[in-house]
Amino acid sequence: MHVYIQAIVDAFVLLFSGSGEVWPVVGLSLAVSGTATLIATAIGLPIGYFLGMSRFAGRGSLILLVNTAMGWPPVVVGLFVYMALSRTGPLGGLALLFTPQAMVIAQVILAAPLVAGVTTAAIGSVPRDLRLQLRALGASRLQEAFEVLKESRRGVMAAVIAGFGGIISEVGAVSIVGGNIQGSTRVMTTAIVFNVNRGEFGLAMAWGMVLLGIALVANAALTMLQQSGARYER
Amino acid sequence: MSDSLAAVTAPAVCAEDVRVTYRGRTVVDVPSITLASGQTYALLGASGAGKSTLLRVLGLLERPTRGRVLFDGSTVRTGDLVARRRIAAVFQKPYLLRGTVADNVAYGLRLRGISPAERAGRVAASLQRVGLAGWELRSALTLSGGEAQRVALARALVLEPSFLLLDEPLSYMDPLLKRSLSVEFAEILAGERITALYVTHDQDEAAVVADRIGVMREGRIVAEGDPDTVLGLPADPWHASFVDMEPSLPGRVTASVDGLAEIAVDGVSVYATTGFATGSDVLLAVRPEDVTLWESGVQMPAGSARNRLACVVEETLPRGGSVRVVVRSGGARFAASISRASAAELGVAPGSHLVASFKATAVRVRLLGG
Repeated sequence: MHVYIQAIVDAFVLLFSGSGEVWPVVGLSLAVSGTATLIATAIGLPIGYFLGMSRFAGRGSLILLVNTAMGWPPVVVGLFVYMALSRTGPLGGLALLFTPQAMVIAQVILAAPLVAGVTTAAIGSVPRDLRLQLRALGASRLQEAFEVLKESRRGVMAAVIAGFGGIISEVGAVSIVGGNIQGSTRVMTTAIVFNVNRGEFGLAMAWGMVLLGIALVANAALTMLQQSGARYER
Repeated sequence: MSDSLAAVTAPAVCAEDVRVTYRGRTVVDVPSITLASGQTYALLGASGAGKSTLLRVLGLLERPTRGRVLFDGSTVRTGDLVARRRIAAVFQKPYLLRGTVADNVAYGLRLRGISPAERAGRVAASLQRVGLAGWELRSALTLSGGEAQRVALARALVLEPSFLLLDEPLSYMDPLLKRSLSVEFAEILAGERITALYVTHDQDEAAVVADRIGVMREGRIVAEGDPDTVLGLPADPWHASFVDMEPSLPGRVTASVDGLAEIAVDGVSVYATTGFATGSDVLLAVRPEDVTLWESGVQMPAGSARNRLACVVEETLPRGGSVRVVVRSGGARFAASISRASAAELGVAPGSHLVASFKATAVRVRLLGG
């Protein structure tokens, strides 16, 4: 037990001593994963809406594709993005490898299917008759989409939170395309791996606690959202 | 809505050659249907007959596999927002949105960019006309089924539609509410003078609201006409059983004086008020509610019912508070609906001999093949 207690004590000291080592890494983690979540939402939400709403041949295959993509292993996505951005890759000219932008790209690829998949389920659960009713009251396609999103907003928020939760905690992709460069591309998860390898459990535990804290906040937000919705539904 | 405006804008709605196919299965196949301007047309049929699908096609909510819809002779399509905004609908389930009653009633007005001030006034007026004056600020999700359906009706009427769709709006209501609401709906529809399509599986409801009734079966309209004819003179045995009657009887007019005809029907004479000439081949029927049964040999009150036929009971079927009795007179079969008390008093049972009476005015007649 001693090793845990010591690590937790060290973590608290590091977090609240203002040593300047911990918080920039937390900030970059939030910036990279937050930006990636925003972009993934912009991509995944329309796809999820379309898949949830429409009925067409091949829809099942597309949903299967999205659901499979939800489980893409981060290291494999990292590998693909790395190859694309490497000097000999198709996007090598952009010189993005080992930058936060590269990490955002990899995380967008990981999060967009999560947002799309959960949105598809949420939109699909809105009764067809409700959409028919909206249309019958004169809603245009856009107005109908807006109202359907509003009605399924809890599921849509869950999709966004699932996307964020999926990438803030992944290490495989960001370590490959970011390279864990201190002061440049080091984020919480890559830092934990780095510090564990060096036997610095206190630092690793500090970031671990921040990560757990973020997970707690995200889940609390989700739970509050669900309960606030329930209040309006009796 | 002002009557003059409604009378001008209520469209005659017509569909031609409409077919809807789902995965190779034809669910609607209607060569032609016309809803006269300002009238209420009821589509009557069992569940799965294709009524709601036809309603969605006529209401521009679903594109048919084939065929077209016309408002006042001009083709209209599902993507035509201007045409669609002349329509409003009330469905089986009210599907209210989260928020207050006023939010819900105002929804369509918001979509149309109506100013908040005008919205408030129209919402209040609309709620008043469905009997919910002052309910604006209640939560829409705490209403009972009947209240929610009234809100749904208010939400449609507030748009001042010229074409109103009602898809089984009362099917979730309890019988008491259903009776009162169907009368209210009929009054509102008559008052609004809008073209309306009312889908129901309940013939009583159709009789109350409709100017014209179409009976649907397996995607086709198998009978169409005014309520009296459709509900009183079945076209075929299926139609007869659907409207709870025995099949119509073929006969020939043997005498006709001053609008009263004597019609020979399979060994018996039936009197009917009709102008068809002597020698005409006709089809006739009597609603079970119009037939009274008496003990044979009993002294009947004079002058009331012209038709008095000695008959034998063939079948009896208890129906809630009443008993449906099928009797045969000569070769003609009629159904009578009598109270349980009368059935017990008469000792109605298969094989018992009775007298069936009904008025000449209760007999519906049309030319055979006409």
